Amino acid sequence: MANKQNKYDRQLRLWGDHGQWCLENSKICLVNVTATGTETLKNLILPGIGSFVIVDKSRVNGEDAGSNFFLDPNAIGESKAKVATNLLLELNPEVKGEYIEEDVANILETNPHFFLSFTVVIACNLYGETLQKLAALFWCNNIPFVTCKSFGFIGYLRLVIPEHCIIESHPDNSHEDLRLDCPFEELCAYADTIDLDAMDKKDHSHTPYVIILYKYLMEWKKAHSGAMPKTWKEKKEFKKLVMSGIRKNADGVPEDEENFDEAVKQVNSALVPSCVPEKVQKIFNDPKCLQLTEESTDFWMMVGGLRQFVSNSENGLLPLRGSLPDMFSDSDKYIKLQNIYQGKAKQDMEAVTGHISQVCTKSGCGNGKISEKDIKRFCRNAHFLRVVRTRSLQSEYESPSKSIMDSLTSDEISDAVWYVLLRAVERFQSTNGRLPGMNNAEWESDVNRLKNCLYDLLKSWDIPGAVEAISDDFLQEMCRCGSSEIHSVASYMGGVTSHEVVKLITAQYIPICNSYIYNGYKSTSVTIDI
Amino acid sequence: MEVDNVVSTVREPLNWSGRWNHIQKVLERSGPFAHPDFEPSPDILGFLLNNCKLLVIGAGGLGCELLKNLTLTGFRHIDVIDMDTIDLSNLNRQFLFRQNDIGKAKATVASDFINNRVKGAEVVPHFCKIQDYDASFYKQFHIVVCGLDSIVARRWINGMLISLLEYDEDGNLDQTSVIPMVDGGTEGFKGNARIILPGLSACMECTLDLYPPQVNFPMCTIAHTPRQPEHCVEYVKVFGWEKEKPFGDAPIDGDNPEHIKWICGSACERAEQFGIQGVTYRLTQGVIKRIIPAVASTNAVIAAACSTEVFKLASSCGAPMNNYMVFNDADGVYTYTFEAEKSETCVACSQKPKTIHFKPTSQLRELIEFLCQDSMLQMKSPGITTTVNGNSKTLYMKSIPSIERATRPNLSKSLADLGLSSGQELIVADVTTPNSLIFILKLSDQRSAET
Repeated sequence: MANKQNKYDRQLRLWGDHGQWCLENSKICLVNVTATGTETLKNLILPGIGSFVIVDKSRVNGEDAGSNFFLDPNAIGESKAKVATNLLLELNPEVKGEYIEEDVANILETNPHFFLSFTVVIACNLYGETLQKLAALFWCNNIPFVTCKSFGFIGYLRLVIPEHCIIESHPDNSHEDLRLDCPFEELCAYADTIDLDAMDKKDHSHTPYVIILYKYLMEWKKAHSGAMPKTWKEKKEFKKLVMSGIRKNADGVPEDEENFDEAVKQVNSALVPSCVPEKVQKIFNDPKCLQLTEESTDFWMMVGGLRQFVSNSENGLLPLRGSLPDMFSDSDKYIKLQNIYQGKAKQDMEAVTGHISQVCTKSGCGNGKISEKDIKRFCRNAHFLRVVRTRSLQSEYESPSKSIMDSLTSDEISDAVWYVLLRAVERFQSTNGRLPGMNNAEWESDVNRLKNCLYDLLKSWDIPGAVEAISDDFLQEMCRCGSSEIHSVASYMGGVTSHEVVKLITAQYIPICNSYIYNGYKSTSVTIDI
Repeated sequence: MEVDNVVSTVREPLNWSGRWNHIQKVLERSGPFAHPDFEPSPDILGFLLNNCKLLVIGAGGLGCELLKNLTLTGFRHIDVIDMDTIDLSNLNRQFLFRQNDIGKAKATVASDFINNRVKGAEVVPHFCKIQDYDASFYKQFHIVVCGLDSIVARRWINGMLISLLEYDEDGNLDQTSVIPMVDGGTEGFKGNARIILPGLSACMECTLDLYPPQVNFPMCTIAHTPRQPEHCVEYVKVFGWEKEKPFGDAPIDGDNPEHIKWICGSACERAEQFGIQGVTYRLTQGVIKRIIPAVASTNAVIAAACSTEVFKLASSCGAPMNNYMVFNDADGVYTYTFEAEKSETCVACSQKPKTIHFKPTSQLRELIEFLCQDSMLQMKSPGITTTVNGNSKTLYMKSIPSIERATRPNLSKSLADLGLSSGQELIVADVTTPNSLIFILKLSDQRSAET
């Protein structure tokens, strides 16, 4: 039996065992077998989702088999869903999969409940009423819905998420939580016992920069009525002050003290005022936090407790993160300092736990006790909490998006224009019962038909004049591609889409909000909040 | 299988009706975003299927995806090189491999799978290193696509393709000798894809500072002042293993769980001494093997971007990317495409020997350190020869033990003492390039610097 820890090692280093657990307990539904869809599923099966179901009524034809790795030409005429399921299952014996040879519109009519057991649903090449109905079903049930497609050299992805709460957003760059602007009691107690001047050469040059900056900030504050260095000029002066602390040898030449060099480099960062980040503040003011009920999720319960912790604290700050970056120092001093930060973080975490309990009891939502592990993880990531809510698909189609309107009226045409063209294509589909450019005979004359659809679309958005801003070149290319699925483009979208789905399943890293366009002509892309 | 009469120029039973419908649309219809030279025609598909020869380097995370994408967009004649065998930890993304393939050659298993799944594909495997082949092998290809996990290997193939360039007497490049190189790389949720047109656009060496060397832990931290669990593991790797010889004379084998277990235990002991927490098996293995996290999705994206470029380059149905894309989908999805610029002083592709400046009193070892540490040179273990008084002389060569021993004393000699004069040509060989590079040595008493 495959050792899962070994097999999944390379990805466990990205989302941990708990993230993997979420994946292995997820159920994914793919509606419509297209290359984009099967490539997306491939990238979900390989990392080990629990199970999947493919819904598609149609049969394999020649062109499907020609551009899809999971459709066998020997199976032309058979059920697409069946063939794809069997070939996909070969990728990972741990994953279960089934197929349903049915039209999604039919299932929506007769048994919509079927869809409600899925963690995420992915739909490809759905248009018009069926698309809207399906999206609306998931919107009401707080199930993330993903729609994606490839159209020639263009890829499109839309996430429809009523609410997605993230604790582990894994920010790429973040300031350390050192609290040098408002040092806590335990840090002061320790740092105050240190006398830099009395140290021997070795100790002096192996003292961590946190202590050095603490000391010199104290000196600065004394000389500046308790104020921290703020202006660029003041920070420059402060850096000089820190540099002046470097020991000099008998000839007056400054010694090589790497810890002091590091301290100077870290000044700007260390002087960033500690605060509750704006995004977190917003989460505190969210109605879901202010009105906790028995139905509140663990996330909101913890947010409620966190909010109370902050308002009760003297400094109005989040619990101390507790992590200390590596820095030049001897082992002893570094570990001592690290223990102080970790100790304080633990203390704060315990206080937060108390507040969570209180807040739960008060709002009657205290059935499931939240584990210490979860609260610890929550506190460590308190500065990076995120809540993602996208517009519903219904709203997108009812009222045109400001960002799209802006993109059409700006000087430079961005890749957002492809979204408008895809909407025009959808209109073409409902008007003509087919997609533009599908037939060799008519593809060039489709350009004008597509242009009329574009005009109608823009008219419905009250910007009929914008049709002039969109060069005929784009219309020409849309018809030229004739909704073909070039496998490499489908595979690109399969990669992007699958990772967004992984983010939704694991609740780690930050998903797009809410649409993504890939331009394979220029190898560029854009994310738009439509 | 039926014969297809839509694809008129290809009379094969393998092209069932409609097989190539999707790509034929862009190959047989004109469009404003096609390459300016593009002439739509059924002959183009014929070229892809029958004549175009591709080389895929690497049959791992990127390679598997590349082989799938290329064969599904009309390419049949593909050679694939990979020197590795299949490991369990590959299976989370290298989807052409299964549990019972573990231990087999990646190139062979990958090509068998593709040839079986994509009818008509003729992928030829090469279970060897890229350095095992010479110019006569590489010049047969129209396009080279790289899915490598090593900068050194990328630089080598970059150098190889540059060596195939032909110039006429006036110094003009014969464009038919240009073999485009499409290169992809991934790391966790980050990746990049680029197109190199040797002799025409920025090559690997032109932009070497985009690939800074790996940072190692400082030795004094490892030996005396460890602070992190990684420092403890590194200590055992560098000192502990040699000292205790837990498995006799066997060197550390990162793939041997017994070795990792021993190192982990020993690292834990050291960590305990210093009050450091966090040494785990997974962490230990990560440090010893320098593991880079990897997932299917990033490999899919980057390989796809590369494949699309190959498709456009071979068919002209679209203009190629210009010329370097970076990708990151940790926070949202971010891409940025820019034009990397060809350097007029590039050691590899500018055809001009690079000039380096030193004092006559500088020691040879300083020159060698410079070749290794300069961000635009980053050589690994350069071997230097030159001509002194009409005779060929090896100044230093690390790669051959007997010559290393013989030339080691030269390291502490000054350049003047070695008989070198200003304007001297130095011939430098290194693993990062298939052919030696020429440097012009300028000696002067001004502060040493290079232009």
